[in-house]
Amino acid sequence: MRILTITKRIFVEMFRDKRTLALMFIAPLFILSLMYFLFQSNTNTVADIGTYNVSSSLVKTIDNKHIKIHRMDSNVSAKKTIRDKDYAGFIKKTDGHLVVTYQNADQSKTAIIKKSVQMALIKVQIKQLVAATKQSKAGLMKMQAQLRQIKKQLPATLSSRIPTASAPKNVQKPTNLKLTQHYLYGKSNSTFFTTMLPVFLGFMVFFFVFLISGISLLNERNSRTLDRLLATPVKRSEIIYGYLTGYGAVAIIQTAVIVLFCIYVLGISILGSIWVVLLICFALAMVTLSMGLFVSTFAASEFQMVQFIPIVVIPQIFFSGLIPVANMAGWLQVIAHIMPLYYGASALTDVIQKQASFSAIVPQFTAILAFLVAFIALNMIGMRKYRKV
Amino acid sequence: MDAVVTVTHVDKSFNKKRILHDVNLTASSHEILGLIGPSGAGKTTIIKNIMGMEQPDGGEVTIFGKRMPNRPVLQRIGFMAQDDALYESLTGKENLKFFAQLFGVKKEQLKQRIDYTAGVVNLNQDLDKRVSNYSGGMKRRLSLAISLIQDPDLLILDEPTVGIDPELRRQIWDELRKYAQAGKSIIITTHVMEDAAECDELLMIREGHIITHGSPTSLEKEYDVDNLEQVFLKAGKSNENSNNH
Repeated sequence: MRILTITKRIFVEMFRDKRTLALMFIAPLFILSLMYFLFQSNTNTVADIGTYNVSSSLVKTIDNKHIKIHRMDSNVSAKKTIRDKDYAGFIKKTDGHLVVTYQNADQSKTAIIKKSVQMALIKVQIKQLVAATKQSKAGLMKMQAQLRQIKKQLPATLSSRIPTASAPKNVQKPTNLKLTQHYLYGKSNSTFFTTMLPVFLGFMVFFFVFLISGISLLNERNSRTLDRLLATPVKRSEIIYGYLTGYGAVAIIQTAVIVLFCIYVLGISILGSIWVVLLICFALAMVTLSMGLFVSTFAASEFQMVQFIPIVVIPQIFFSGLIPVANMAGWLQVIAHIMPLYYGASALTDVIQKQASFSAIVPQFTAILAFLVAFIALNMIGMRKYRKV
Repeated sequence: MDAVVTVTHVDKSFNKKRILHDVNLTASSHEILGLIGPSGAGKTTIIKNIMGMEQPDGGEVTIFGKRMPNRPVLQRIGFMAQDDALYESLTGKENLKFFAQLFGVKKEQLKQRIDYTAGVVNLNQDLDKRVSNYSGGMKRRLSLAISLIQDPDLLILDEPTVGIDPELRRQIWDELRKYAQAGKSIIITTHVMEDAAECDELLMIREGHIITHGSPTSLEKEYDVDNLEQVFLKAGKSNENSNNH
């Protein structure tokens, strides 16, 4: 009953604070849309390269839609050209050497050039190989024809003893392999954004709930209403649960809005059940809430609360799957396992991209619940500062 | 006259600085007890120890026979803090209702309690305004109304008359007197001597020591002066002398 009273009060306060409301619901959508478009453009990066003295056939093979070639007429310094014209690379041929210089300011462009040049070299080599095979085949044919000629001229008795050398029928023809690609998860046009969406989704929920719940309890401390509240027979746990219910409900609505936005506006497919996605987000939001409430114990002002962002929030992003945790150094992996967002993001990735069912993400879900229980307990102890019972 | 609050030999320090020295007091039913002293004397610290917001380093506090801190006892205490701890984005009525519900006031009585307490402090007209639009005096009055919301047996009011106009002040004192006659116990802190004169029993506090106590008239007689301010000064001096010896 008292829990609901506190929950109701939080709703009224929240609803009257239009700006915070807008932050909770519009800001995540804004950021997600922005990321969506930013990562979209990342797939049509074009690298400018300058060439000098490279045969036009090779240039043609290097050329693809990610490369823009600028031929130089005079022998200029590669470094100078890259600097002056802001090219991503420069290719020059000197005495049978192909020299490639990279600007390397943007590693993705360097990678594109590297790949294109290597592909081109392989293609050229294959072409040469094919040409060589054709030549040797022609030579063989010629020899056989000559043999036949000689055979004809020989007396019949002899010729019958010579086995007929028929033309080798099964000369290895260059087989024309057709390439068909299948994608187990996602589609061929999956961008970095689609891959990272579950991580972003988890992070959005985490970040906004953390900030707002923490600051709201801080306000309650600073305006002394917490003292006033604790001068009533309310239990400390009732305050914590009241806050968790109030902001938990807000977080549920927020997650639903974000998920629906991703599906219907950004057109991203969620392979698993939406309900499981919402459930994970909700559990994550509850952990974040209890974490925000707890951290606010150590902040004396809103400003100090914001100072916790680089310490508590930013590291969570690194371990949320943005960088594959499995490839990390051992001690970093240990750190990852004490980050709630690691479990949340990994569960979300499994459900959204790999169609995992709830039973498959039970381990991550259990870890999230364990965090929740731990932080609630810490909060109850923290509240002791304000009332001894 | 039953003892409602007893404070015995309470000591309290913050950061190794002694704030309270051996504080003893008794607040009884039918009685208004005033704690007077300048700001920083330790009045609010005494209140906090009584309420159980702080734990005394030594000594003990009992309220209605229960040793504090004790959560259920808070149900019977109406508390008004020194600073107006109100929810600014809620209206006056919503603030009253919120606290009424925390005290478990029954639905049927809710409207009646809100109307009654708002009436005591003349806030009926302004109940639907948001607290952020209230003046300082209005906030003070709303705080007082909240402390009365569950019809408590013990009222603890920290500086209740600051920022309240003389007419309303009179009205509030008449109301408090009525509660005392009805058998409630009231503890107030103040640094205003006019307020002190209204109390039945006074405790004068300086630098964490109780320098003297008694009813206003008996104190004036004892120190042979004609107002309480003189009592405070004289008692302070003699206390200093006795401390030095």
